Amino acid sequence: MTPTTPTTRTPRKQIRLAAHFPGVNNTTVWAVPGSGSQIDFASFEHLARTAERGLFDFFFLAEGLRVREHKGRIHDLDVVGRPESLTVLAALAAVTEHLGLAATVNTTFNEPYELARRLASLDHLSGGRAAWNVVTTSDAFTGENFRRGGYLDRAARYTRAAEFVSVARELWDSWPDGEAPRPVDHRGEHFTVRGEFTVPRSPQGHPVIIQAGDSFEGREFAAATADVVFTRHSGLDAGRAFYADVKRRLAAYGRQPDHLAIMPGVTFVLGDTAAEAQEHAAEIRRQQVSPQNALLAAEQIWGVDLSGYDPDGPLPDFDPDPGSELAQGRVRIADPKAVADKWRALSRAKGLSLRETVIETTGRQSFIGTPADVAAQLDAFVQTDAADGFILVPHVTPGGLDPFVDRVVPLLQERGVFRTEYTGTTLRAHLGLPPQPVRAAGKGPTA
Amino acid sequence: MPHPLHLAVALDTPQCSGRAAHDTVHDAAHVVALARLAERGGLTFVTLGDGFGRPGLDAPAVLARAAPATEHIGLIPTVTTTHTEPFHVSTTVATLDWVSRGRAGWAVEVSTTEADAALFGRRPAAPPAEVWAEAGEVADVAARLWDSWEDDAEIRDRATGRFIDRDKLHHVDFTGRTFSVRGPSIVPRPPQGRPVIAVDATDEPAREVAAAHADLALVRVEDPATAWTVREELRDRAATHGRDPGHLLVFASLPVELDDAADGAGLADLIADWRAAGAADGFHLRPADPGRDLALVVEATAPVLRARGLLRRPGHPGGTLREHLGLPRPASRYALARETA
Ligand SMILES: Cc1cc2nc3c(=O)[nH]c(=O)nc-3n(C[C@H](O)[C@H](O)[C@H](O)COP(=O)(O)O)c2cc1C
Repeated sequence: MTPTTPTTRTPRKQIRLAAHFPGVNNTTVWAVPGSGSQIDFASFEHLARTAERGLFDFFFLAEGLRVREHKGRIHDLDVVGRPESLTVLAALAAVTEHLGLAATVNTTFNEPYELARRLASLDHLSGGRAAWNVVTTSDAFTGENFRRGGYLDRAARYTRAAEFVSVARELWDSWPDGEAPRPVDHRGEHFTVRGEFTVPRSPQGHPVIIQAGDSFEGREFAAATADVVFTRHSGLDAGRAFYADVKRRLAAYGRQPDHLAIMPGVTFVLGDTAAEAQEHAAEIRRQQVSPQNALLAAEQIWGVDLSGYDPDGPLPDFDPDPGSELAQGRVRIADPKAVADKWRALSRAKGLSLRETVIETTGRQSFIGTPADVAAQLDAFVQTDAADGFILVPHVTPGGLDPFVDRVVPLLQERGVFRTEYTGTTLRAHLGLPPQPVRAAGKGPTA
Repeated sequence: MPHPLHLAVALDTPQCSGRAAHDTVHDAAHVVALARLAERGGLTFVTLGDGFGRPGLDAPAVLARAAPATEHIGLIPTVTTTHTEPFHVSTTVATLDWVSRGRAGWAVEVSTTEADAALFGRRPAAPPAEVWAEAGEVADVAARLWDSWEDDAEIRDRATGRFIDRDKLHHVDFTGRTFSVRGPSIVPRPPQGRPVIAVDATDEPAREVAAAHADLALVRVEDPATAWTVREELRDRAATHGRDPGHLLVFASLPVELDDAADGAGLADLIADWRAAGAADGFHLRPADPGRDLALVVEATAPVLRARGLLRRPGHPGGTLREHLGLPRPASRYALARETA
C-alpha cells in the first residue's frame, strides 16, 4: 500500500474554459508595455494559439455594430474598433486545429439565410469548431448603420431571435449527409424563408449556440435553445443563484442540466504570493480607470455632463437622470438610481473619492491570487455549481492569457478537473454536448 | 501599357461537372490548395465566386481560411450586394484585408432571381438596372466606410487617456435609394486603405458601375480586338467620372480547358498575342477544371510567359495586392477634406 495513492473519489466536474479576446470594453489596458495591436491578425493568432496550447474549449469574439458615443461624440477613452468576427475566425481556423471558434453575431441586424450560411461555412472549414453567440442588442442608434434600422422592444427582440435561430436550425438540417437538399418553407412573424440551403450539413450539425442575455426572456431563450450561457454573474452567491435558476428552466424544454454549460465571463490576476497578486490587481484597476474614465463612468450612471467634477473629489450629491441618452451603443444600466445610492454609501463609508469609488466598484477582478489559489477558487466555483466553466477575459492583448495557461492550467489538470489532451475534434465534443440529431421535420408532410 | 502583365485565376468549380465537383465545392481545403498552387506559379490573385442560390461555402470565409496559408497572392471573393447589409459587406471585406495583411479584394455581384429573393423574403427580385444601381451605391458607401477611420486615428495617448483621436473618425452619412448608413466603420482603416474592388464589366449595367467604382474590371471577351475596344471604353468612362483611367485595370476573362503541357504553352502564345495587341492589363483565367487546368497554367503557361519577359517571377515577397497591381494606396477622403479645410 502506497500512502500517496489517492483513494477512489467521486468524479469531479470538468471545467470548461474559453478565451475572450480583450477589446472594446473597460477592462482592456492599452497603455502598458506589452499591450499590442487590437486589430493585427498576429494578435488574434497569438491569443488563439495560447488558448489551444492551454487545451481550451473555445476562443470568443464579442461584437459591437456601432462605435460607441458619449455626449454626442465618439467615445475615445477605451479601445475602439475591431475586425468582423466570422472572417477572423475563418482565418484562425487555418492556424488552430482543435480550438472552438465563437463569434458574437446579432439577430436584429442580420437575416437568417445569410447568417446560417456563413456559420455553416465556418463549421465546415474549421472541421466542426464553430459557435454562435446569439445577441439581440438593438437600438435606434445602432440601427442607423443598417437597412432595417429602428428599434425592437425586449419581447420583440427575443421573439425575433428565437424565430431566427429556429429558421437557422431548419436550414442546417435541410441537407442531410448523403441526401439531396430538401426545400425549406418557413413563414413566420419575423421571417419568410423559402428555398434550398446550399451548404450540406456541417460537421457539428449545428454550430454550438451561446446566449448572453440576462433578462427573464434571455434566460428562457437560453433554456430553450442554447448550449452555453455567457453570463456576467461571476460572484459565488450570484453565480449559484443564476446557475440554479437557468438549469431549473431546462426541464420544461425536455433538456438535461448538462446540455447547457454556464460560463461566466471572468478576469484574473496572478502573483507569486497573495500579497503580490493583490498589489498587481490594484495597479491594473488604476490603469483601467484613468481619471477621465472615472468621470465617464459616473456620467454613465448619472446621465448628465460631469466634466466640471474633480475625479479626486466627491461624487455628485443629486440623483441620476433616468431618461438620459448620454451614452449610446452600450448595454443600458437598468436602475441608475440604485447604482448611484450604492456608490455614495461606499464613498461615505470608506472616505473614497469619485475615482476611488469607481475603481472600487467596477474594476475588481474576479480571481486574484497565486496560481494555486486561483486554481482552487475556480475549482470550488465549478464543484459547488456556481458555474460549469469560465470565459476568461485577459486585460492585455495579446499576451494576457499566457500566464494563466503556463501556471494555472497545469494545476487544474493536477486536480483532475481539466483535460490533459483534446479527445474529440469538434467543439460539441469538447463541451461534452450530445451530437445534434437531424430533426424529423421536412422528411415529408405526412411523417 | 505601363503595368507588368498579370495572371489571375478563378478557383470556382463549374456547376455542371458532376458528383466529384459537387463534393469539392464544399471543401475549403481544396480551394486553399489551389490558392497555394496559384501563388507558387506567380499569379497575382485568385477569385472565388459566390451567390445565395449556388452550392458552395461562403466565399469570403473560404478565402479568409486561405489567407494564413498564403503569403503573396491576392484574394478576391464575390460578395453580393442585393439582399445583404452594406455595413456588413464593408466590414467583412475590410477584415479580409486585415487577416491577409493587405491582399483582399471584393468582386461586386448582384442577385436578380426570385429564388434568391425568396431566401430572404424582404423584397421581390428586381431587374439588373435597379440592383446594379444599388451595387454602385454599396461600393461607394463601402469605400467611404473604409475611409471613415483616418490611417493615424489610433493614438494611445497616455497623458489624456485617449485611445483614438476622435476627430479622425468620421460619420459617412450616406443615403442611397434603398438604404442609409451613418458610420463610422467599426473596423479601423484596412492595410490597403481600400481593398481592391473588382466588377465583371462584360455587360451593362455592371460596366457603368465598374467605370465609376472599380479598380479592376473583368471582361469576358472572345477576341483581342473586342477586349481592346472595351478597355478603351472603360477608361474613357472612368475619366468622365473624374477618375484617372490608369487606376482602372481591365482584365480579359478567358475560359480555359487544358489537356497537356502543349495546351499550356499554346495558352501562353495566345496571351502574348493579346498582350501585344494591347487588349488587356491582365488575364483572368476561368478553368473548366481548376485542379487540372491551374497546374498546367503554373507548370506550362507561366514559365513560357516568364521566359519572354512578360511575367514577373513568383514570390514578389510582401506587398499588398494594390502594390502588386501597381495601384496607388488612396488617402482617406476625410483626411484630405480635413487637411484642406
Ligand atoms: C456577458 C455578456 C456579454 C455580452 N456580449 C455582447 C456582445 O458582444 N455584443 C452585443 O451586442 N451584446 C452583448 N451582450 C448583450 C446581450 O446579448 C443582450 O442583448 C443584452 O444583455 C440585453 O438582453 P437582456 O435584456 O436579455 O439582458 C452581452 C451580454 C452579456 C450578459
